[in-house]
Parts: sequence; structure tokens; C-alpha cells
Amino acid sequence: MADEKVLYSLKNVTKIFKSGKSIVKAVDDVSLSIYEGEIFGIIGMSGAGKSTLVRTLNRLEEINDGEIWFDGKNLSGLSTKELRQTRKEIAMIFQHFNLLTQKTVLANVVLPLKLAGVPKKIREAKGMEMLEVVGLAEKAKAYPAQLSGGQKQRVAIARALAMSPKVLLCDEATSALDPKITEEILNLLKKINKELKLTVIIITHEMAVIEKVCDRVGIIDAGKLAELGDVKDIFAKPESKAAKRLILPAITGDNPFDRTDKRCFRIVFDGFSSKEPVISNLVKETGEMVNILSANTRSVGGVGYGQMIVELPKEEARQKVILDYFKSINMEIMEVFETEESE
Amino acid sequence: MSKEIVDLIVTGIFQTLLMTVISTVIAYIIGLPYGILLKITTPGDILGNRVVHGILGFIANVFRSIPFLILLVFLIPFTRMITGTSIGTTASIVPLTVGAIPIVARMVEASLNEISPGIVEAATSMGASPFEIVIHFMIPECLPSLLSGAAINIATILGYSAMAGCIGGGGLGAIALNYGYYRYQQDVLWVTVLILIIIVEIFQEGGTLLTKKTRKA
Repeated sequence: MADEKVLYSLKNVTKIFKSGKSIVKAVDDVSLSIYEGEIFGIIGMSGAGKSTLVRTLNRLEEINDGEIWFDGKNLSGLSTKELRQTRKEIAMIFQHFNLLTQKTVLANVVLPLKLAGVPKKIREAKGMEMLEVVGLAEKAKAYPAQLSGGQKQRVAIARALAMSPKVLLCDEATSALDPKITEEILNLLKKINKELKLTVIIITHEMAVIEKVCDRVGIIDAGKLAELGDVKDIFAKPESKAAKRLILPAITGDNPFDRTDKRCFRIVFDGFSSKEPVISNLVKETGEMVNILSANTRSVGGVGYGQMIVELPKEEARQKVILDYFKSINMEIMEVFETEESE
Repeated sequence: MSKEIVDLIVTGIFQTLLMTVISTVIAYIIGLPYGILLKITTPGDILGNRVVHGILGFIANVFRSIPFLILLVFLIPFTRMITGTSIGTTASIVPLTVGAIPIVARMVEASLNEISPGIVEAATSMGASPFEIVIHFMIPECLPSLLSGAAINIATILGYSAMAGCIGGGGLGAIALNYGYYRYQQDVLWVTVLILIIIVEIFQEGGTLLTKKTRKA
């Protein structure tokens, strides 16, 4: 990504909320760059500060310290008028869609163009074109109340695209939708990213959303940037506690592993080894066996990945044989309980 | 009832409608922006300003807390300054309007408060100015609520117009007082009351119908 153009550059961004005597650092010294044309994910548990962070990207939230550079402009340095002009290049969609309920779908989509003073005929043509992109042209005359949640988000996307923005901010845009509709919306975002070369920034608390569409991800924990990198790398080898917590959902709360006194490991298969029968090979080559506690496969950035949580026998010598075997075939391994104890 | 009285009542109906409609229109011309200012200067809103909001709210409350009958008397010099007289239909319009402005303003404020903060946020993120947010987002989104508020306001102003009869205002209120109360003509009293009920009914139902027609969700 080093040769690509930086769209957003955040330098030591800090946002503080004061309520009475207590001070909360919602965003704490975050520095990162977002490149043109990528789909960048920001993930964190609720209350981690990810929504505050995205709202600083169009100055819906003012920052207390640091700098945010967008397309060569320092956002904090813009006058009110310049800020309004710049906001027209930064589109945003929301968890609850935020459409005008008293206006038709088409009237909603053309609103940003109306604000920009585009003549009625031209803006309606452009509005219909955007509705074509999201596949809702036939609903132009309907009202939002007549649409499903997924359709409403499509209208919001069409509205966001109307001004041909440089970036699309998605603040928990799929959190109010069911998994099937979420998938449709994510596919649409991916399509828009590819066809319109539009940079997309996705804020979510669901790892599945990040795995499905994002190129890179920043993990936010207690306002801080805990980890930043390619989604594939972080999925295969999470370093921070926050990343591990997001990737190993079974670790939190009531899980069956709490009841085992044996050592458990997470192993990750990449696109190549997932075609190999790893566990059968282990048995054949070493004669050792593992107990599979959980296993699933998922597509991360279009590549098939498998993850499995296995329980090892009690004897240390046997454990070593198994772990050495996994290492010898370049499998990513990570001890599950260690996760909680370390850091 | 004599033909004289019937003619009087017919004129009274027109005077009452005239007073009510003109006062409502003027009250909205001033009260609508007033209510919008009350809403958008609320601390935390798009033009949040504690001082301006406090002053506007205080003035509205003062005028709303004065009983209308007292306001009528209190405003006589002001009315005379504007219309040249303090009696008759035209003169009644002045105190009616003054009394209605804070009511309209508070009703408008309440309607606009119904808007979801998300819509204002979406508007802001599109680069809309506060003026554009009001014109293109707040008012269209709250239109049904504003209309139903207007139906309630017009009925209130109609009620006030009857009170103006006490200090020499025209209309049905004056007829009800002068003939029904001072001359004990019960039939005149009943007829005027009945007509007032019918007028309120028409305004209220008309408003409700219009609200239903506009409301899309």
C-alpha cells in the first residue's frame, strides 16, 4: 500500500468527553493512514470509541488534540464554510439510515444535490442513476416507511453517492440488519468500491463484517489503536488482547473450554493448507491425536480460511510432538488460555 | 329570533372568522420563526446558545402566563397605537395576535423537537447550513405535526376571539355577551355557542384530515 495515495492521515488524534468530574478519553492518541481506494475497517467492542473516531473524520465531533488530514487539508483548520464544502466530499451512512420519512425515495436521494443547487432535471436524472446503482430504481416514488431495512440502507447509500464523494463513512451501517441483508449490503459496498474506486471506511463491532469486505483493519480498544494491519494477517495471527477477543468469540463468557484442564490451541489454515487434511496427516505422521473442540471456515478477503480449536493430550512430550508438527507445516498456532493470562 | 338578530349573527360569524384567520396567519408569520429559533438555539442543537434560548423562552413564558383577558386590557394603548382604535373587529386582531404568538412558538418548538437527531446529523454530514437544515430537513419532516399543531392553535385563537367581545371586540363572542348575558336572551346565547362549536369542529377536523393526508409514516 506504500505506493498508494493517502486519503486520510490521523496524527495523535485525541477526543475527550467530560461529564462532571470524570474525564473519558473516547479516542486516545490514535495515528493511522487510510489509502485511496481501499476498504478500511475500524472495529471495537461497544464503548471502545470507534463511533466517536469515525465522527471526527467529518468533524461531526471536534477533536481535542492531534491532526486529521483529509485529501491534503487539515480538517481542524477549515472555516465553517470550507468545512461544509469538504463535507460534501465525505459521504456518510448510519445504523438507522436517517432518511426523511415524509419524502419519497427519489427526493431523499437528490437532497444533497438540491443543497448544492443542481437544477431539478439534472438532479433527478442523477438520482435515478444512483438508484440504479443500488438496484432500487423501481422504488423511486415510494416512501421510506414502505421499504425494508435493507432497502432503506440502499437508499441511504444512493443518497451518499449522489455527490460523487471521495470517501464513504459507514457508521455501524449493517448493525440493524439481519445476516442475509448484511451480506447484501456488504456486497454492494464492495461493488461500489471496485466500480467507482471509492474509498470506504467501515465501523463495526462484528468481525464477520471486517473479514468479508475490508482490506485493512484498525482495532480500537478503550479509545486506543490496539492493532493495525491487513485483515488476513490479523485474522491469522492476532497480537493484541483486543484482536484475540474479537477473533476468538468463544473465549468470552461461558465457554466449554473453561471446564477443561488440558491445553487448548487455535490453529488457522490459510487458503492452501485448508485444502489439506491437516488433522488426518497429523495422526498418520506422528501417531498423536487431538480433540477438536470447535471448527469453522470463513472467507477473509475472498480467501478461504479455517480455524479450529483443539485440545492437546496432558503429557508434555506428546504436546511437543503435536506442536512441532504444526510448526513444521507452517500452521499459525496460538494457545487459547494464554490469551487471557498474557497482557 | 328577529331578522335583526339573525343578520347580527351572520355578520358576527364573518367577524369571528376574519379575526381568527388573520390573527392566526400573523401569529404564524412571527411565531413560526420564533419557534424555530427556540428549537435550534436549545443547548446542543445546531445553533445552541444558552443565553438566546433562555431569553426567547422567558419572553414566551411571560406572555403565555398572562391571562388573555388581562392581556386584552393591558394591550389597549398598544392596540390604539397600531389601529387607531381599541374597539371593533380590527382592534381585536392586535391582542389576539400578541396572545397567540407564544402559543404558536411553543407548539412549533414541540413539533420540531420530534425530529430524530439522526436526520439532523445526516444533514450536517451532507454539509447543510443551519438554514438549509431547517428548510430542507426539519420543516418537511415535521410538516404533519406542524399542521396538527396549527389546527389546535386556530381553535384556541377562536376561543380567545370570543373573549375579545368583553372589551368591545366584534364577532360571535360579543353577541353572546351583549344579547345572551346582559339581556338574558337565552336563545341567542345557545345559537352563538352552537355556531362556535361548529366552527371549531370544522377547523379541527379539517386540520386532522390534512395532517393524515400529508403524513407518510
